[in-house]
Amino acid sequence: MLLTACLIAVPVLVIVASLFQGFSPVWQHLLETVLQDYVVNSLLLMLGVGVGTLVLGVSAAWLTAMCEFPGRKLFNWALLLPMAMPAYIIAYTYTGMLDFSGPVQSALRAQFGWGHGDYYFPEIRSLGGAICMLSLVLYPYVYLLVRVAFSEQSTAVLEASRSLGKGPWKTLFLVGLPMARPAIVAGISLALMETLADFGTVDYFGVSVFTTGIFRTWYGLGELQTAAQLAAFLLLFVFVLFTLEQYSRRRLRFHHNSAQQKPSRIELQGWRGWCACALPLVIVTAGFALPAVQLATWASSRVGETDTAEFLTLVGSSFTLAAIASVCCLVIALLLGYGKRLHPGQLEHQAARVSSMGYAIPGTVIAVGVLIPFAWMDNRVDALMREHFDISTGLLLSGTLVALVFAYVVRFLAVSLQTVESGLARIRPSIDESARSLGKGPLQVLHRIHLPMLRGSLATALLLVFVDVLKELPTTLILRPFNFNTLAVRTYELASDERLADAALPALAIVLIGLLPVILMTRISSAATPYSSVRTQSQEGRP
Amino acid sequence: MRFSRPALRRFASALFVTVAAVMIGAPATYAKTVNVYSARQEALIKPILDTFTEETGIEVNLITGDDDALLTRLRSEGRNSPADVLLTVDAGRLYRAKEAGLLQPIRSEYLEQHIPAHLRNSEGYWFGLSVRARVIAYATDRVDPETLSTYEALTDEKWRGRLCVRSSGNIYNQSLVAGMLSTQGEAATEDWIKGLVANFARPPQGGDRDQIKALATGQCDLALVNTYYYGAMLQSADADEKAAAGEVALFFPNQDGRGTHINVSGAGVTTSATNVAEATALIEFLARPEAQNWYAETNNEYPASKGIEPSALLKSWGSFKADSVDVTELGRLNAQAVMAMDRANWK
Repeated sequence: MLLTACLIAVPVLVIVASLFQGFSPVWQHLLETVLQDYVVNSLLLMLGVGVGTLVLGVSAAWLTAMCEFPGRKLFNWALLLPMAMPAYIIAYTYTGMLDFSGPVQSALRAQFGWGHGDYYFPEIRSLGGAICMLSLVLYPYVYLLVRVAFSEQSTAVLEASRSLGKGPWKTLFLVGLPMARPAIVAGISLALMETLADFGTVDYFGVSVFTTGIFRTWYGLGELQTAAQLAAFLLLFVFVLFTLEQYSRRRLRFHHNSAQQKPSRIELQGWRGWCACALPLVIVTAGFALPAVQLATWASSRVGETDTAEFLTLVGSSFTLAAIASVCCLVIALLLGYGKRLHPGQLEHQAARVSSMGYAIPGTVIAVGVLIPFAWMDNRVDALMREHFDISTGLLLSGTLVALVFAYVVRFLAVSLQTVESGLARIRPSIDESARSLGKGPLQVLHRIHLPMLRGSLATALLLVFVDVLKELPTTLILRPFNFNTLAVRTYELASDERLADAALPALAIVLIGLLPVILMTRISSAATPYSSVRTQSQEGRP
Repeated sequence: MRFSRPALRRFASALFVTVAAVMIGAPATYAKTVNVYSARQEALIKPILDTFTEETGIEVNLITGDDDALLTRLRSEGRNSPADVLLTVDAGRLYRAKEAGLLQPIRSEYLEQHIPAHLRNSEGYWFGLSVRARVIAYATDRVDPETLSTYEALTDEKWRGRLCVRSSGNIYNQSLVAGMLSTQGEAATEDWIKGLVANFARPPQGGDRDQIKALATGQCDLALVNTYYYGAMLQSADADEKAAAGEVALFFPNQDGRGTHINVSGAGVTTSATNVAEATALIEFLARPEAQNWYAETNNEYPASKGIEPSALLKSWGSFKADSVDVTELGRLNAQAVMAMDRANWK
């Protein structure tokens, strides 16, 4: 387990190692001019997206998991749809709609006879706009994880709270939310890491954040090492943040203590029901339906010009890659998560933490972290073989799909690991102990007990990584083999050339393929009876 | 959605075959190949590479990506890198590649004769293949082109709050400033950037097409854009884009002085190249009339080869005097340009 973690941590360590290679004079320039801007804007962006995803994700999860209202079953999975929308694509579509020259403002001007500067309209291409865009596509991380947590929470605890005279709101804030804390934290940290790694949206909106700074330093100033150092500082920051969070809940336990019980939902009837229905409706419309319609409009003008066979190849390669990578991530996440459970030592804990840091780093930087050790190893093997056998092996792994899938694991392990861990945290250790005392080995416990109980979390982990890989761009771009394309690569190339209408079709395809696992997963989770049981939060060491 | 077992099995085996084929690599059907790392995106290079294969029988393998990321890949792969040709969309990156020892010089009479000296490396490390001009676009109903003259004059107070430019993170702005540094020196350039920033109508945002749209809607009156974006909008299938471009015209600045700023897309043969002859043949092919005209027709770029006429649309904008500063300078001064823009607070 440690070995695996170390292997996956290599690219991250390559980046951190840049800190020990001396600082170039460019640092002086950065400190004097732009660094402060980068830091402040990044923090504001994180704060905004953190609050945004928290509010959207938790309220949606609470409604669909705990309440009964018209359309609940539909929203249950429809709320996942925005996840399939790459952030930079939603940014493009909203800019198309809300920009000064877009249809909305043009209609306003035509209606009221206004001109430029006669009225106030929020500027979409701004920090606030970036926060909205990222929140709209990233809240599903929070929603998915928290909904699983809520639906596994027992009604008994909640009913106890209600019977003690607390209303539904107080119950939510005093019982529901605190018990779902690991899931909320896991979801938000995923959203925030993705925010820190995002380049497309902030670049298009002209917001200077840390990521844009990294690329400016690398591309503009030609300072790869300084760029890697900036990325390393970003990593340290994220690491400290998560360590603090872990520390603050070190004494808390979140697993359940009593047996299965079917959850009963709060019935919302009449106008309450429709109000409850309105919230997810707005979220799904804003995060998915509107941009999807805009994409479809753009795409419809181009359908005839598309080479179908080539397009299907793109779909096939994207799907295959995403499937392989999500399974790899899941297996490794299980290995690490379960290993941590078996040997809850500091070393195992930190190993798992470090190996999942890749999620907060922009994909291109991770790609460099993968490229360097792979190419180094290949070249060493080649040199050895030439020396002893006079054979040139060339590059064995660099430039193959193996390197690419490895990079995906490095980048997205956090997603599956967080999901698996927050699932494992809800299984009482006494279950393991009873099974072990009945003579079952650790693998049997995993197979016979944990896997069935974790079914929901595992499906979630698979889905999240699958969709992430489908959308993934920078790593794919730089590590892929010759003549190998994915939908995301195609979308990006066209969009970066400002050919949005041409980019719309592959973008729409990403969204549609992203739907497949969402639908599949809904079937799995509805087929499996949820292991709902009473969970109390016990604080160790309390008198 | 229910899948029958045989269907699932067939799907699984199809997946397996795909994966296996990609992992092992499809069998080579051509005797000769050339491997290309291209910063020019696929849609803007693949068709002409296909023509090359048809005409010469040399197979072309292609990876596209960001310039600097491709450079990093090339560097880490070292002498075992499969790449034979590096294609970039900016002279600065060719300069960087040469400095990092990633390119080798080639001799080609054809290229030396046809590509002007200031658009290629003097020792044959790389060759410019198409020219991009960065010009002033203006709203025809509010700006009299008589009032326009040079890049330098854009800092004039009469343009206060009337100028739109994209972010300084963009390579075309960086190379414009680098060109300025090379001809006007550091102090004058920094003053110029400050004056420019003072005249911005809004914080830099969006791409070049967005600046042109902003001209059409009246958010600003002047913008700095690359010519081919304007051309693409004029030919766009989207009616709004077309209409926006219709309200805008281009002005080629500095015609009485050093000329309008240009950058090139270009190519060089990598140090690790094993197919040098094929690589040279490819670069020569890209400089021949057929490819040069193709650049112009599909992406509205100006030909780099001597004696080749630009496309009809480009001609309709009038001919212009291009800055004859060695494009190598743009690469050498790129970092300095970015720092100057940082200091002058060009976001």
